[in-house]
Amino acid sequence: MRLTCPNCGERDLREFTYRGAALDRPEGAWSPAWDAYLHQRDNPAGASREHWWHGFGCSAFLVVERDTRTHDILSVSLASGGRQ
Amino acid sequence: MRFSGLRVLKEGLTGNRGWKPHWRDPAPKQAYDIVIIGGGGHGLATAFYLAKEHGLRNVAVLEKGYFGGGNVGRNTTIVRANYFLPGNSEFYSHSLRLWEGLEQELNYNVMHSQRGLINLFHSDGQRDAFVRRGNAMINQGDDAELLDRDAVRRQLPYLDFDQARFPIHGGLLHRRGGTARHDAVAWGFARAASERGVDLIQNCEVTGIDVENGSVTGVQTSRGAIRARKVAIVTAGRSGQVAALAGLRLPIESHILQAFVTEGLKPVIDNVVSFGMGHFYISQSDKGGLVFGGDLDFYPSYAQRGNLPTKEHVMEAAMTLMPMIGKARVLRSWGGIMDMTPDGSPIIDRSDIGGLYLDCGWCYGGFKAVPGSGFALAHLLATDRPHESAVGLRLNRFRDGIGLMDEEGTGAQHNLH
Ligand SMILES: Cc1cc2nc3c(=O)[nH]c(=O)nc-3n(C[C@H](O)[C@H](O)[C@H](O)COP(=O)(O)OP(=O)(O)OC[C@H]3O[C@@H](n4cnc5c(N)ncnc54)[C@H](O)[C@@H]3O)c2cc1C
Ligand SMILES: [Zn+2]
Repeated sequence: MRLTCPNCGERDLREFTYRGAALDRPEGAWSPAWDAYLHQRDNPAGASREHWWHGFGCSAFLVVERDTRTHDILSVSLASGGRQ
Repeated sequence: MRFSGLRVLKEGLTGNRGWKPHWRDPAPKQAYDIVIIGGGGHGLATAFYLAKEHGLRNVAVLEKGYFGGGNVGRNTTIVRANYFLPGNSEFYSHSLRLWEGLEQELNYNVMHSQRGLINLFHSDGQRDAFVRRGNAMINQGDDAELLDRDAVRRQLPYLDFDQARFPIHGGLLHRRGGTARHDAVAWGFARAASERGVDLIQNCEVTGIDVENGSVTGVQTSRGAIRARKVAIVTAGRSGQVAALAGLRLPIESHILQAFVTEGLKPVIDNVVSFGMGHFYISQSDKGGLVFGGDLDFYPSYAQRGNLPTKEHVMEAAMTLMPMIGKARVLRSWGGIMDMTPDGSPIIDRSDIGGLYLDCGWCYGGFKAVPGSGFALAHLLATDRPHESAVGLRLNRFRDGIGLMDEEGTGAQHNLH
């Protein structure tokens, strides 16, 4: 599996670390929304939205859309959306 | 049909014409008291113990493929009771005791071989951690012995004891640990459950779970609708998808775990051995193949095959620990889908939907759990109370933050185990 980092281009899987499902973080104190965010997962067999970290490259956090059945990469973008 | 030495002899002398299929192949009925989704080790064991321990026979196991085609036939077959934390300790201890009587109970040769498991340690800190673990195992009533470097060397002379980077300081020996023939476990439970009247139905995929007024009423399948008073989801790596049929989300991510086997060799590795400084463990099958593996690939996957960096890591760790195996040729590698929970420990519990039960989250350790899990889930289904060996395996421990069982001490978060 290879990922195409928007900053660095196509790179080997070894340079990246999976950092979990890309979910919206809830606001405020503990609520069931936090349990949903921290623990519960859709765990899709198919298209999945995930955070990956290019630790052995430019160190950017990425949003990767990937097919969990085939290893196909559907899209890669910067998690910051390009903000500095 | 009972298996015995005499029977094998008789069949051998008469052209093996008397063997019968090991289980019946009934068409699904319209309704059952209990439907078990998933015919892996856990589903089949649950069916067996429902019939045997609780006299419940109006039960069906629905399997979308064939028995033994899931993780129960894809694992590296290590059976042990060396857990550390309350909750896990008593559960795996109970499961190992069931293993020790399993072949007699099932009248089936599952080739359970208590050849001893040695977890190596390579630093003072690791030794201390293993001393603690060994004490926890002994307190639980299981066995553990600390081996020093010389004792390890006597038992495992083929390790690289000159390794300066990862010196071998000793090992924790669990004599009752070992291996078993994985698919024979599925077949043995299937045969014994079928004999007791449970309907085992292969090629029957569950495509819907019917819920009315907050309670389950049955399932939709590729072979028609089946009504049921109680339904158990026992689908390992597919737990997320099947639970979603009932509108549930689970604290589970499905990850890929790879394993490897070499060509058949003469006996060379007598025990199960694990490396403490890299992800690598190994045993030798009775057929002679070296069976080994390492860690997860660490990203969610349903592909049943992994990527090359993990293969490389496992091979490097193998060569570091026991250079002799570099001469063996790898025959095959494969992957299985692991139902990973945030704390790396399993779940046997009711769900929030009436009559719907969950048995999942086995991570990479659910083969040894097959009898214990079947026993505990059968108890829960039959009595609506958790079995005493499984009270800790609660679904809501993540939400509540109470009773987490994080054996590795890395935190109860996804992707850390
Ligand atoms: C490479 C590898 C090595 C491992 N090594 C070990 C080890 O050494 N020791 C150990 O203890 N554990 C080990 N494990 C873990 C162990 O194999 C699993 O935890 C355990 O087998 C899971 O339970 P099961 O047998 O019931 O799963 P499975 O055999 O996967 O059973 C689940 C069944 O559900 C069926 N199913 C799914 N969806 C549906 C549906 N919609 N309708 C009907 N049926 C459905 C599937 O077809 C499957 O047959 C390993 C796993 C792997 C992959
Ligand atoms: Zn980059």
